[in-house]
Amino acid sequence: MNQSLRGQTAIVAGATFGMGEAPGLSSMDLAASASVRALAQVGLTPADVDGLFVSVPDDMLSGLTFAEYLGIHPRFTDNNRTGGSAFQIYAHTAAMALACGQIDVALIAYGSNQKSASGKLVQSSRPSPWETPYRPMNPVSSYALAAARHMHQYGTTREQLAEVAVAARKWAQLNPDAYMRDDLSIDDVLGARMVSDPLTVRDCCLVTDGAAAVVMVRADRARDLAKRPAYLLGAGSATTHREIASMEDLTVTAARESGQRAYAMAGVGPKDIDVVMLYDAFTINPILFLEDLGFCPKGEGGRFVSGGAIAPGGQLAVNTNGGGLSCVHPGMYGLFTMVEATQQLMGQCGARQVADARLAIAHGNGGVLSSQATVILGTEETL
Amino acid sequence: MQSLLPESDYQRFLNEGRFMLQRSRQNGGYFFYPRVAQPGTGNTDLEWVEASGLGVVYSSTVVRQRPPTPNYNVALIDLAEGVRMMSRVEGLLPEDVRIGMPVRAKIVALEADASVLVFEPV
Repeated sequence: MNQSLRGQTAIVAGATFGMGEAPGLSSMDLAASASVRALAQVGLTPADVDGLFVSVPDDMLSGLTFAEYLGIHPRFTDNNRTGGSAFQIYAHTAAMALACGQIDVALIAYGSNQKSASGKLVQSSRPSPWETPYRPMNPVSSYALAAARHMHQYGTTREQLAEVAVAARKWAQLNPDAYMRDDLSIDDVLGARMVSDPLTVRDCCLVTDGAAAVVMVRADRARDLAKRPAYLLGAGSATTHREIASMEDLTVTAARESGQRAYAMAGVGPKDIDVVMLYDAFTINPILFLEDLGFCPKGEGGRFVSGGAIAPGGQLAVNTNGGGLSCVHPGMYGLFTMVEATQQLMGQCGARQVADARLAIAHGNGGVLSSQATVILGTEETL
Repeated sequence: MQSLLPESDYQRFLNEGRFMLQRSRQNGGYFFYPRVAQPGTGNTDLEWVEASGLGVVYSSTVVRQRPPTPNYNVALIDLAEGVRMMSRVEGLLPEDVRIGMPVRAKIVALEADASVLVFEPV
């Protein structure tokens, strides 16, 4: 049996909760709130979920904890540790399990109270002995090394990195749920406090609380549950390293492979995509991913984002919720790209709605450019 | 067959003032960081070889600190042996480290069992 996953499953609901500050709530509380909200959108409850996919930064056994919290006994439980790309990989795994009838309802969830609990990004793994003597500020220093190399090889400038932050802020200003919505100019970014050269604090993702959840079912049931399901057309992932010194070329990420795999399954290319959600942990990320996902040639990412090209009214709708840079970033952001992509395809995005959105990419990144995973979603018309 | 403890052997050599790298006897390929087997091939016919100490800065950043604590350099160094490692370049201001700069390894003894490998401009 060699059947394609394309169009066999769909996301029928996506929800967020507690984006920004949610004091007094645990990561599980937040994840559960987003989950029941998503399930309720399609008239389902936790008891209907038989495939549970969850990552929570402060709990290595979160699959077990979350099933217990929801009071369910899933047939299939997954708790993958590829960082922020986990959620795209969950969508791929869930699609496989749904398509061959192993499960009927998949819940993919995430929650983190890192801001209220600790005020900074949670480090949930053993520090590398090959890095510790040099005290890099991780993850930002690793991304700074990648940005510096891109600037050296391709002439990318700090102004071009700043364009990414400015565009994200403009989208956030159209999103009532976004955390940072004040005006932001290129000069504001250039003049912000430097953290690890060349990245300033405004080149870095936010530190917030937040949770998200999506519900996936097989395509035939999707039509009964949702007016405009977001069908999973393509999925692919790739990992290349764990620590930055092991990354072969700091200017080329595995998004090239994950994107190729997803495009091949979906039978579409970059020029077909209406909404592009890219995990923007740092301003260098969209530049790298736009190149590696084929929206512009390698090395041209800085020039591509210049002049407001990815801001509202520009050439390409990128990170329409305001991204990890201005909307929300509780530590592992990947699931938020999938919720926004889904809501765009469902026509639920209000002031930031991309007209006639039919195809969306939701791309997740884990570690320090270490793990890349791409999901392509499409409306009924694209099947 | 001598037993190989990758992390502690590497550190023990540094503490003795020696910068050593592993290589597979079969294909002569170097790799870093030290492991029990060569990445990719899985070869376990490994030997420790004295590193040349020569390298080139592949990338560099400055970790900023709140004054008066000094900022410091973190760099990725491409060694002549064809492997890359994280380190820092000393002997100049952290922001003056340039990609492409030729550097040479130096072992700094912090305490008895805690020597650190750093680099200096050639």
